[in-house]
Amino acid sequence: MWKGRDQVRHDQRGIVSTPRVLACGDGALSVEFGDTVDPDLNGKVLALDEILRERAPAGLLETVPTYRSLLVQFDPTVTDFDALAGLLAREAERLAPQASAGRRWSVPVLYGDPYGIDLDEIADRHGLTVRQVIDLHAGAIYRVYMIGFLPGFAYLGGLDPKLVTPRRTQPRAKIPSGSIIIGGAQAAVGSIECPSGWHILGRTPVRSYAPERDPAFLLAAGDEVVFAPIDASRWDAMERAALAGEPVAEEVSR
Amino acid sequence: MISLEVKACGPMTSLQDHGRAGYQRFGVSPSGAMDFRSLAAANALVGNPPDTAGIEFVNLGGAFTCAGGDLGIALVGAECALTIDGAQIPAQTSVILKEGQTAQVGHARSGTFAYLAVAGGFSVEPQLGSLSFHLRSRLGGLNGSPLKAGDRLPCDAGAQAGEPMHLPLDLRGGEDPIRVMLGPQDDYFTPDAIETFLSEEFTVSPQADRMGFQLTGPRIEHAKGFNIVSDGIVTGHIQIPGSGHPIVLMRDRQTAGGYPKIATVIGADLDRFAQLRPGSPVRFRAVDRAEAVAAARAYRDWIAALPEALMPVRFDLTTEHLLSVNLIGGAVDALSR
Repeated sequence: MWKGRDQVRHDQRGIVSTPRVLACGDGALSVEFGDTVDPDLNGKVLALDEILRERAPAGLLETVPTYRSLLVQFDPTVTDFDALAGLLAREAERLAPQASAGRRWSVPVLYGDPYGIDLDEIADRHGLTVRQVIDLHAGAIYRVYMIGFLPGFAYLGGLDPKLVTPRRTQPRAKIPSGSIIIGGAQAAVGSIECPSGWHILGRTPVRSYAPERDPAFLLAAGDEVVFAPIDASRWDAMERAALAGEPVAEEVSR
Repeated sequence: MISLEVKACGPMTSLQDHGRAGYQRFGVSPSGAMDFRSLAAANALVGNPPDTAGIEFVNLGGAFTCAGGDLGIALVGAECALTIDGAQIPAQTSVILKEGQTAQVGHARSGTFAYLAVAGGFSVEPQLGSLSFHLRSRLGGLNGSPLKAGDRLPCDAGAQAGEPMHLPLDLRGGEDPIRVMLGPQDDYFTPDAIETFLSEEFTVSPQADRMGFQLTGPRIEHAKGFNIVSDGIVTGHIQIPGSGHPIVLMRDRQTAGGYPKIATVIGADLDRFAQLRPGSPVRFRAVDRAEAVAAARAYRDWIAALPEALMPVRFDLTTEHLLSVNLIGGAVDALSR
């Protein structure tokens, strides 16, 4: 039987021993593995997602993996919540977290001028040089925790603690497509132009979402991302290639 | 090829169908008709499956000229006048728009969203499996855009205009409370806050669009803060941000969010809620899963039964005829009794 919210126990990292199954109206439920940002927790979300995608129960419509929970949308006239919740709880309890399921992408980034308008300020704020900020940001291996907010917008974990920066008090109404941004302990690869309160370190010519390209989406939850600084002289050619439908991001080995 | 030419329309007039399935994991909103049962009813009137894409009007109407042949059309949803070359067409009645004629949809007198369906649907290429336009991601619609004057909408050449039909069902919402299921984060609120949410009256604010409806009224107090680690969102989720004022997330919502969700509007009541205009009062009533599922079944059965609910209009609803017969309203009333 799945656990009600009063019976939940967390370990030190906030991962529950038995996931909670919460109703989201009549047509969805959320299998919640915890309430923190943690690779093992996210790994369990992705592992359960994979099981459901491989063996979709009747009435399953769509699943949405997030940082810490798997949203399962279903047709309530076809399947029964209790049966589905029971099945998911049983599967969830014996899951091994997916270490890193996906591919590793090298994403080219033009740091600083003209796109990375917050780079200097971030360096000042943390008493670092611009070079050090770039090295710290481009030196990490990030995990794609989820895609959300906008098509192809990739939420990343793995930001160096030295770069953790509260979000801007005044969000910007528009930041350019492909902005490489940080906010709090999170990092992201932006997709299309959007409002944002995060800090912009640079920009990538990579289009993580391009509706006319096959595949339309490059990055998926569970993938890894590393950033490769590029020189301004390479921007135009790479942007042209991206607009022509090239991925521009390269799949690299671990 | 038969086509519909847009002469004029409001800025958020767009193509909408049942929405885009399977891409929320990539951050793509499902979109789809705000009042799906009205779209389904308009489709039934012209002989289409319920989820065929139609034109969604948001408060404002539009004018469309038919080219290349005759086309069966029907308008259902918010209360809007439909005229063909100036002749009034009775509500919820399909009609044949002849080549060269112009159909004019008036602004909404009550409700917000109205749907124009055409027999056979539109021959427009879907994007990610749907014709539903989504503003923020510029997906769907006509080349990722809402409709505008000068657009030409190609229609299915094989479709028959069909016999004019009338749908004698009352689609208006009524004033019953909107039914919700509590959760998924109702434990982020005090019992008093939940009591306030379920017993007080709220008002739909002017900040109401395809993405979400903000409500004003008593503040809903959080018990343990209002930031959660982002998790998934469904259409109908009612999130309470720091302001304490609820936001009901609608079809163009984001796919994930970081505010606690106190409750979720049940699927069967989303269409009715969508038609509430800014300034409308709204109350919520909590139902258990059994009642929500029973409502979902009734909703499914209602959509499936639409074709059987149609009644033939016993005369040719062409403009010439409408102009010559002055008793249309009475005749249709008689049919619906």
